Amino acid sequence: MSTLNRFFASRWGVIVAGAAIGILAPLLQKWGNPKNMGICVACFERDIAGALGLHRAAVVQYIRPEIIGFVLGALIAALIFGEFRPRTGSAPIIRFVLGMFAMIGALVFLGCPWRALLRLAGGDWNAILALLGLAVGIAIGVWFLKNGYNLGRSYKAKPVVGWIMPGIMVVLLLLVIFQPAFYGFGEDGSRAGPIFFSVKGPGSLHAPLLVSLTVGLVIGFLAQRTRFCTMGSIRDVILIGDTHLISGMGTLLVVAFVVNLILGQFSPGFVTQPVAHSNHLWNFLGMVLAGLAFALAGGCPGRQLFMAGEGDGDAGIFVLGMITGAAFAHNFNLAGSPDAVVEGVLKVGGPSPYGMAAVIAGLVVCLVIGFTMREKS
Amino acid sequence: MTTIVDARGLSCPQPVILTRRAIQAGEFPIEVLVETVTSRENVRRAAEKAGLQVHVEEVGGEFKLTITK
Repeated sequence: MSTLNRFFASRWGVIVAGAAIGILAPLLQKWGNPKNMGICVACFERDIAGALGLHRAAVVQYIRPEIIGFVLGALIAALIFGEFRPRTGSAPIIRFVLGMFAMIGALVFLGCPWRALLRLAGGDWNAILALLGLAVGIAIGVWFLKNGYNLGRSYKAKPVVGWIMPGIMVVLLLLVIFQPAFYGFGEDGSRAGPIFFSVKGPGSLHAPLLVSLTVGLVIGFLAQRTRFCTMGSIRDVILIGDTHLISGMGTLLVVAFVVNLILGQFSPGFVTQPVAHSNHLWNFLGMVLAGLAFALAGGCPGRQLFMAGEGDGDAGIFVLGMITGAAFAHNFNLAGSPDAVVEGVLKVGGPSPYGMAAVIAGLVVCLVIGFTMREKS
Repeated sequence: MTTIVDARGLSCPQPVILTRRAIQAGEFPIEVLVETVTSRENVRRAAEKAGLQVHVEEVGGEFKLTITK
């Protein structure tokens, strides 16, 4: 066990986690997930919010088993290796708000950092702007960290605190297995509640349940052991010049690129990329907001799910904030709309004016949090 | 004189930031207290990268890292 532990803690461990994601995410696309969206934590949590009726954007509603697998895979790893530690109390409401705005920023771009890497690996050059934005947002977060920003200590909690998020995931799993339809079906075959599944659009595209769940469990397990985190990758390079985590992120990008080439899923360009827009400024700014919120909260969306699986109630609150943010993003028309070709003419997508305002508001809120949550040294 | 860094309950990267500050202050040995394996590994890596010796003890489910030159 200790040899295995040392391997997972080593640079090779995080490289293996990155490679696993780089192989499995493009395969999930082949098996049914949307293009350049083999895995997207933000998009998938948004789909879950829609499936629960928290927003009613009919094309993005599905209970994504990958998300369930991430939390439960991390839980299994934490239990096996004695790292399940129920804890909470580190500024939960701040984390909720950061989660909300992180999601709004990510949905203006249309993807989390994982999807930004997968989009780039699929030839979507808009992801370059997003990754630059992510790095800028994280760099701002690092400035706060260097100047005493701190959300305070968490404290050991009763076991039930750690079991809430895994419990929620089990309920979601039951809902996606049994697919209750208390209100029947509409004329187009769509569900009328209590859960909603897309009959067209990205939400209708998904790999078989068992495949998605298994991939989620494997990645959840590996990522918990290796602490794989995209935000942490960039933060550690800027903050302390540590390249440990970013070797996993780099591996993800390279491996996903190669697998996309093999599977014929590589299609380079800026415009009309799948579930994407080429509005450069807002691809950039959306991810500045997301990057800053992730940095202030201490983890990318994937990492927050894995920490939630380890019993971290504060990470669980961040996840719930993201799901709530997704609901607002669609109910308030904040999310970016994809590029479209209307009668042979390219219509560049992007956020509505409301979405732009929300990004600015989010940046202001994050800056206020950054400045006010500092300890005097 | 021993420098004590109590980083229990602090999430990443706080334990590493506090440890690096203590290393820069230069009062060895430095005892860092952390709760999670993640923090233990991050602090250990940061100290070893700075060319320092690290000794880890587990005390009641928590970890004490003693950093020496």
